[in-house]
Amino acid sequence: MTDVQITIATKTYPNAAQPTIKDFHLSLTSNEFICLVGSSGCGKTTLLNCLAGLDTQYDGEIQVGQQHTAPKIGYIFQNPRLLPWRTVRENIELVLEPHQSPALIDPLLEIMQLTKSQHEYPERLSVGMNRRVAIIRAFAVNPDLLLMDEPFVSLDPPTARDVRALLLQLWQQRPHTVLFVTHDLREAIALADRLIFLASAPMRVISDIVVPIPRTQRHDETAIESFRQQLINDYPDIKQLL
Amino acid sequence: MQFNKYLPSLSLLIFLAIWQGVASYLHNNTLPTPQVVAVVFWQAIVSGQLPFHLGMTLLRLVISFTIAMLLGCAIGIVLGRSKPLNAFFDNWLVIFLNVPALVTIILCYVWFGLVESAAILAVVINKLPNVIVTIREGTRALDTDLMDMARCYHFSKTKTLRHVILPQLQPFLMGATRSGLALIWKIILVVELLGRSNGMGYQLHLFFQMFDVASILAYTIAFVAVIQLIELLILKPLDKKALRWRR
Repeated sequence: MTDVQITIATKTYPNAAQPTIKDFHLSLTSNEFICLVGSSGCGKTTLLNCLAGLDTQYDGEIQVGQQHTAPKIGYIFQNPRLLPWRTVRENIELVLEPHQSPALIDPLLEIMQLTKSQHEYPERLSVGMNRRVAIIRAFAVNPDLLLMDEPFVSLDPPTARDVRALLLQLWQQRPHTVLFVTHDLREAIALADRLIFLASAPMRVISDIVVPIPRTQRHDETAIESFRQQLINDYPDIKQLL
Repeated sequence: MQFNKYLPSLSLLIFLAIWQGVASYLHNNTLPTPQVVAVVFWQAIVSGQLPFHLGMTLLRLVISFTIAMLLGCAIGIVLGRSKPLNAFFDNWLVIFLNVPALVTIILCYVWFGLVESAAILAVVINKLPNVIVTIREGTRALDTDLMDMARCYHFSKTKTLRHVILPQLQPFLMGATRSGLALIWKIILVVELLGRSNGMGYQLHLFFQMFDVASILAYTIAFVAVIQLIELLILKPLDKKALRWRR
C-alpha cells in the first residue's frame, strides 16, 4: 500500500526571478493513476525530478509510503534513456535489485511484445519499442511510485495509441501508483483516474477532477471526446491551458 | 575491384625495390640493402639478442602503460566530475604536460638513481598528464540524462562506472591508448639509452657507437612489426567488441 503526500512550498532555480513551483499540494492513494495536465514548460518535469530524488533543492516534503526506507521509484523519462551499449534485456536486468530474479522480466517482455527483441541493442529497434523497454524497466523494480514524463510525446498517433493500450494492460495486471505528465487532454482522459490541471509560472494546482468514464469504455474515442468538451465548457480555466 | 586488394602488398614491394636500388647504387655501409638487413635481423633473432632486448622493452612498456592508464583514468574521471578539484589541479597538469620528457627522465635518474623503478616512474610521469586530460574531457561530455537514470534507479558506484560511465569513455580510452603506446615507445627508448643496460634503447645506442646501421634497421623493423601486431591483435578486436551495439 503506497500513499503519496507531496507538499512543495517553493522550488526556485538558482538565478531565477520567481519560483517554478509554489504552494503545491497533492496526495495520491494507493494504485491510483493520476495525470498532471499543464502547458509545456510549466514545471511538470521539475516536479517529477523532485519526486525521483534527482532534484533535492526545494522547500517542502515528499512522503512516499512508509518513510523507513528510501522509496523505489520507476521513472519513465521523456526520452527512453536506455543504455545503447546494453541489450534490451540487459537494460532491464541492470535496474533489478540483487534479491530480484531476472526471470521476472520474461512476463513483462511478453506483455509488451518484446520477447523476440530482448537480445537486440536499442539503436536497432524502433522508437516505439524503446519506449516499451523503458516502461518494462520502470515496472520491473516494482516501484512504490511510477513517474511518467510525457512518454509518448514523439510517437506517431497510431503507435502512441498502441503503446498506451499496452501500458494500460500492464498497469491493470500490476497496479501501481502512477503520476503521468502530459499536455494532451485526450491522452489524460484515456488513462487517468483523476486529472490534475496545473497553472504555470509558478506551477500550482487549479483543478482536481475525477474521470467518470469506466475503464472498460476508455477505448471509445467519442466518450473521451465528449468528456473533453464537457471539461472545456465547465472549466474556463482549463481552456487556457490547452 | 580485384586489383585494389593487391595494392598494399604492391606498395610494400615497390618500397623495398626503391630501397634496394638506392642502396646498390650508393654502395655504402651507412645504407645496407634489404638482404643485408634481413640477414642481420635473422641472426639477431637466432642469437636471442633481439628477442631479449625487445622483451625487456615490452615489459617496461606494459608496466608503465598499465600504471599510467589506470592512474590517469581514475584522476581524469575525478577531475572531470569535480569542478573545485579540477580548478585546483589544472595548473599542475599544464606544468607536467609541458615538462620535456628528457627533463623528467634525467631528474628521475638523478633523484632515484639508475634503477628500474626510476625508469618506469619517468615513463609514467611523461604519459600520465596526457591520459588525465583525455579522460577528463570524456568525463565532462558524459550524458547527464543517463547519469540521472542511474541515480534514479539506485545504481551503485561500481555499476554506474561499469555500465554507464566507461562505455561512454570508450572512444577516449582508445584514443589515450593509441597515442599512449606511440608516446611510451619513444620515451622508453630514451630512458633505456640514458640509464639501463638492456632493452631496445640500450642496443640502439650501442649500434650507433659502432655505426652498425644494418642492426639499427633490423631492430626498427622488429619494433614496427610489434606495434602493428598490438594494433591488429589487441586494439582492433577491442574496438570491434566495444562498438558492436552501433547500427
